Amino acid sequence: MAEKYEIKETEVWDGNYAISQALRQAQVDVVAAYPITPSTPIVENYGNYVANGYIDGEFVMVESEHAAMSGCVGAAAAGGRVATATSSQGFALMVEVLYQASGMRLPIVLTVANRALASPLNVRGDHSDMYLGRDSGWIQLDAFNAEEAYDMTLCAFRIGEHLNVRLPVMVHQDGFLTSHTAQNIHPLSDEEAYRFVGDYKCVDEMLDFTRPVTYGAQTEEDWHFEHKAKQHKALMDSRAIIDEVFAEYGKLTGRTYNRVENYLMEDAEVAIVALGSSVETCRLAAEELRAEGIKAGVVAPRCFRPFPFDAIREALKDVKAIACLDRSSPGGAMGALFNEVSAALYSTQARPMVTNFIYGLGGRDFAVKEAKRIFMEQKAHVDAGHITTSIQQFSGLRGPKLGFFETKRS
Amino acid sequence: MVEIRWHSRAGQGAVTGAKGLGDVVSTTGKEVQAFALYGSAKRGAAMRAYNRIDDKKIINHEKFMLPDYVLVIDPALAFTDNITENDKPSTCYIITTHLSKEELIKGIPALSGKEDRVFVVDCMQISLDTIGRVVPNAPMLGAFIKVSGMFELDYFLESMKRVLSKFPQKIIDSNMDAISRAYNEVK
Repeated sequence: MAEKYEIKETEVWDGNYAISQALRQAQVDVVAAYPITPSTPIVENYGNYVANGYIDGEFVMVESEHAAMSGCVGAAAAGGRVATATSSQGFALMVEVLYQASGMRLPIVLTVANRALASPLNVRGDHSDMYLGRDSGWIQLDAFNAEEAYDMTLCAFRIGEHLNVRLPVMVHQDGFLTSHTAQNIHPLSDEEAYRFVGDYKCVDEMLDFTRPVTYGAQTEEDWHFEHKAKQHKALMDSRAIIDEVFAEYGKLTGRTYNRVENYLMEDAEVAIVALGSSVETCRLAAEELRAEGIKAGVVAPRCFRPFPFDAIREALKDVKAIACLDRSSPGGAMGALFNEVSAALYSTQARPMVTNFIYGLGGRDFAVKEAKRIFMEQKAHVDAGHITTSIQQFSGLRGPKLGFFETKRS
Repeated sequence: MVEIRWHSRAGQGAVTGAKGLGDVVSTTGKEVQAFALYGSAKRGAAMRAYNRIDDKKIINHEKFMLPDYVLVIDPALAFTDNITENDKPSTCYIITTHLSKEELIKGIPALSGKEDRVFVVDCMQISLDTIGRVVPNAPMLGAFIKVSGMFELDYFLESMKRVLSKFPQKIIDSNMDAISRAYNEVK
């Protein structure tokens, strides 16, 4: 029986510490991990709890992230509650196994402290790894601060393990900006947290020797497509379960989450769509501009996958100009958030003006002042009646101004 | 909003100091933020840590700030780092040094004219005397609460004992000595 860990009503924890506490409270059976900056402390703290008797589960040290996720797949198929953590290059090395995990419908929880991908090598936060995972068949939840990283981790178990979902879930937080930023956090007691997460419900567990099952079978053109379509449908259908779990968590904590978080959007004329800690920085900018009479608002996908196509369209249909902020180098395309938000808005009556900003790569600071400037640029588009800049621009980039594609469409 | 910038070398405990300060401040009902810029930094590399303190929830995640307090816990960084960056007319400086305030300011032209806002304390010597090795973060906290007037010394010591409760008693006691001495010696 695990030792009791003392926690206060208000703690000052960073995102990593908060997540390691959530993993402890969820009573995970197996953590197989290979630590990497900036998610190292999640694994380090967890190992510390194991060594000091606060955890009954197994902690498996492995030789790489590929092995870490493989260990998670094995343990989840065996019938355990399983979680791990990674970032950046480690995430990249896990990718092959991420698709295996989602294809086998194993509800593993992967907490990701988002970080840039090399080369050039960089340990700081951007969303390259989060974007790398976006077609992997995992649910992706995004936390904007440390308390949300804790909340999303507890919700992730409930969502992924739900019998109508049975999919792996990633919980994303910004490397350093959230993972290493300590703020006031109001954790649940161990009892409340575990009651919310609930006992793990086994499905087709391999350790049930009375009912042998196979995981990772081969299917060619006869069945592969049907399996993938079913998996996609499960992801799409998870939207209702996510809403349900968020509502229940809200009742328990007073902290209510939505697949899309809207801020000052009721009468907004200009909006920023963003992910991660920048969402809060943009909210501050919107507040300040409201005081100056600018109708600014912020829309943020809490749930990056399944992409909240419906809720995004609803949130932005009456806005006049929108800036989509992508914190990942798009490699010869428009940013992913721009593409997906634009696609959602194409079927609205008004089809608002949408522009794209690539920003914050490798941890480049994103300041309130810059968020305000971007809002004001959207205002200029509205006043001119057309997009007055390149459709894709770079925010916070040194050197000559860089931009791509123009339009005069009103 | 109160904003604090720590100038430190990796390994001197600025992150622990910033988080410890945040921890204590949170017990008064205030919202806090403590973060640092490092990562692949090796021991001895110059780095910065930051605190924000406010009555309402802190949602600003930019690293840019106009600091109310600049805490320098490495004596050489006062000369080599840009410690007056983004300062304002009310920014207070607490600098660890064995020099007198006059000698220090003479060596750092950027501080001239700011004499009434510069405070000195020898965190290196204090931590050597009390803790037995160079960990200037604890004495800097003592100096900070004296200069800022944010807490009574006794309240701060009691709160710090709670923050350090997982450490052996000897370490807790020596840290309390370090904080008290710096509180009394900063000038």
